[in-house]
Amino acid sequence: MNINVKPKSESRAQPEQKLSVVDCDIHPATKSASELFPFMAKRWQEHAVTYGSHVRQGLSEGLAHPRMTPDVARLDAWPEDGSTPGSDPEFMRKQHLDANGVELGILIPLGRSGSHQRNLDYGAALCSAVNDWQISKFCDFDKRFRASITVTQEDAPTAVAEINKRAKERRFVQVLLPPRSQEPLGRRRYWPIYEAAVANKLPIGLHLGGMGGHPSTGSGMPSYYIEEHTSMVQTMQALIASMVIEGVFEKFPELQIVLIEGGFTWEPALRWRLDKHWKRFKSEVPHLKRAPSEYVIEHFRFTTQPIDEPEDPRDMRHIVDWIGVERLMFSTDYPHWDYDDPRYALNHLGLSEAEKRKIFSGNAKGFYGLQ
Amino acid sequence: MSRSTATVTASARHAQGTSIYGVEAIDCDVHVAVPSMNALVPYLDDYWRESVTTRGLERHSLNITGQPANAPVFARPDWRPAEGAPGTDLGALSKHLDAFGTKFAVANCMYGAQVLHHEDMAAALCGAVNEWIAREWLDREPRLRASIVLPIQNPKNCVEEIERRAGDKRFVQVLVPVMGEMTLGRRYYWPIYEACERHGLAVGIHAGSSYRYAPTSVGWTSYLFEDYVAQSAAFENQLLSFVAEGVFAKFPALKVVLMESGFAWLPPFLWRANKTWRGVRAETPWVKRSPGEIVREHVRITLQPVDEPPNREQLERTIEQIGSDSVLLFSTDFPHWHFDGLAALPEGLSPALVKKILLENPVETYSRLRDESAPKEIRQ
Amino acid sequence: MGRHVVAAVGEIAEGERKLVTLEGREIGVFNVKGEFYALLNKCPHSGAELCRGMVIGLAQSDEPGEYRLTRPGEFLRCPWHGWEFDIRTGQSWFDPKRVRTRAYKATIEPGSELMKGPYVAETFPVQVEENYVVVDV
Repeated sequence: MNINVKPKSESRAQPEQKLSVVDCDIHPATKSASELFPFMAKRWQEHAVTYGSHVRQGLSEGLAHPRMTPDVARLDAWPEDGSTPGSDPEFMRKQHLDANGVELGILIPLGRSGSHQRNLDYGAALCSAVNDWQISKFCDFDKRFRASITVTQEDAPTAVAEINKRAKERRFVQVLLPPRSQEPLGRRRYWPIYEAAVANKLPIGLHLGGMGGHPSTGSGMPSYYIEEHTSMVQTMQALIASMVIEGVFEKFPELQIVLIEGGFTWEPALRWRLDKHWKRFKSEVPHLKRAPSEYVIEHFRFTTQPIDEPEDPRDMRHIVDWIGVERLMFSTDYPHWDYDDPRYALNHLGLSEAEKRKIFSGNAKGFYGLQ
Repeated sequence: MSRSTATVTASARHAQGTSIYGVEAIDCDVHVAVPSMNALVPYLDDYWRESVTTRGLERHSLNITGQPANAPVFARPDWRPAEGAPGTDLGALSKHLDAFGTKFAVANCMYGAQVLHHEDMAAALCGAVNEWIAREWLDREPRLRASIVLPIQNPKNCVEEIERRAGDKRFVQVLVPVMGEMTLGRRYYWPIYEACERHGLAVGIHAGSSYRYAPTSVGWTSYLFEDYVAQSAAFENQLLSFVAEGVFAKFPALKVVLMESGFAWLPPFLWRANKTWRGVRAETPWVKRSPGEIVREHVRITLQPVDEPPNREQLERTIEQIGSDSVLLFSTDFPHWHFDGLAALPEGLSPALVKKILLENPVETYSRLRDESAPKEIRQ
Repeated sequence: MGRHVVAAVGEIAEGERKLVTLEGREIGVFNVKGEFYALLNKCPHSGAELCRGMVIGLAQSDEPGEYRLTRPGEFLRCPWHGWEFDIRTGQSWFDPKRVRTRAYKATIEPGSELMKGPYVAETFPVQVEENYVVVDV
């Protein structure tokens, strides 16, 4: 798929990437469904072949809003053998980890996720397989990779069991949940998952996406990809509101959340809105002992990609100040098309060198307890 | 938290035509509420009048979910009438207009007829509501203007209702809830926008949902507080629908007004829409300008609620970041409770911006306000 | 700054391109309908290798629901964020005034008058009667 040009350029005359980077959002991929089979019982291998994916949308495997580039990816991220971007750890290591000075890269597996499956047992088998596969194919291959525990969030006891099973493996750095779940993630049916995360000292990563069975807007499905892509931001907003308003953080004061690939410039306005209207709705939610914005500030962090690009770059500096540098953690979203390159992505934020170091690596190392 | 105001009395201010701000003020969102279906019965035809009786329809409050009349946000204590639900009393509304010295106020009636599934029942009831608004509100309070409540279930019925009301210039816009059956930019709704553009009616989108789906993409929220906060996200979705579907390309004179949506979310929303558009433009090639440019030209937002940040500088920055001083429209959102006393306007806005918000922007947005007395033929 | 031979005219077919490095800069040379254009291989947005993007036409429309693919083969879509650039001018489509990529003048020159460049450094038969593509850097 890479465009064939003659001659193939060996090196890029680009500025040296001096800062070391902790990339909080890298997407690994399988070359095919069968790549997971070594990690699945025979019964589930057969199920995968015979019945396959069964999800809450009209297309069993594809995206109902097709993306604008093949496999949602950068055009130059296709490995030599033509398999999908992200499926070749050697290629990923060279093109991304080495070239971009990535000290640590956190894997966020999306495809073949078990968390969307309506058949919960199949979903659990897939989640377990994907968790094993991350370690085997990526983390064992290069010690810069870290992994995320995928779980069937709709089946809390099974999810808890998976978390407890995986927590001992230190290369798992978080529990990964999809924002678009069957019910808003603040609801009590999901609380056992938070309990398990806290007990195992793991944060929760919420990477945009999911197929919870609800349309992308409160008025149904949008027609175009630009709408669908942007609607993920509103999803994140609803997620914060749900977790805060349901009192998740009263119950689990140690729980830490990172919102991945949702951007962050919208966060201050949401905080202000929550506080404003909490005044009038206080009697409906007496379990909230503090202003909602306090919970948001204490419990939610954001990865930086896709970084916004206002016409006036000084607007970004204001947003960064209003959110707080400590709450931002750099991410690239490699190998997706809207990838943020560490050489350029944060240059318009007006950051000092110390702030850059925090966002590029310091904050994530602290948040995830990484060495 | 009340501002100091001039010592001129309310009635004297009214006579002068200036508001408490020293400038004429147009309040772009006040609410009137249907006290019960019995109020609408005189405006129904024989079939529907009898249906009310035989089916006991008058026992249905048709209150929209998520907007309980007694919840504090929907009922400021000193704006409640002595009797009846908030928003049902003309005297209370007139007093409110006196207190601010308002020149005109646009009345919005959120009524559950827009939520029913039966298209024709919805059309009959919406028709009755609009007639009731004209007879019992607009005829009695000359400062009032109104939105045409649309039976949004069927665009054809909407167009018929628009044609029925268009001759009455006191109707300045149409009214739909922000969450309905489809994203509002879709071609299904275009006959409505065609009629609105032709008649110079703004398209008014108000907070509220018909709950055909969960109010958020993450599912059914538990609390009214959550639902209320979620309205802003719904407005973001709808805005992008209007832009992406090319509604403004097709109807270049159309104005859309977002009501009770908040506005602090607007700048980051536009940044993101602009950024994405640059890369995916080819999917909707009729979008020839950035979403930000399109929104600044065609979309207006009422002032309440001001989701104000902890400090004034943040609010000033946020308003600046909108990138246009033509977007905000003054509103009090009577009788909803977003501020105390007369403190509708945030502090520290420049006089020029205040005048835009209070007067110039509403006049520019509602073309029918400008020519309220001119015959239709020479209105242009 | 100088003029460099980058390819024989016949080497880059219509719709094709060649990436070369001239004086430390990577440049893509494109054949657009028989004419040659050279662009810096760096997207002005975020530094992507622009010249590895897809060569496309320009989708245009006068009305929602109407789609016209115009100017086929004249645009380059950045391989990362999908910005569309006019190959001839380097201008981005969405904001031609403010965003453009660096375009270099590319002309077809007869063989005998040229400076020796990287192309010639490779062992490649040079024929004086052939036309060469020369890039001004």
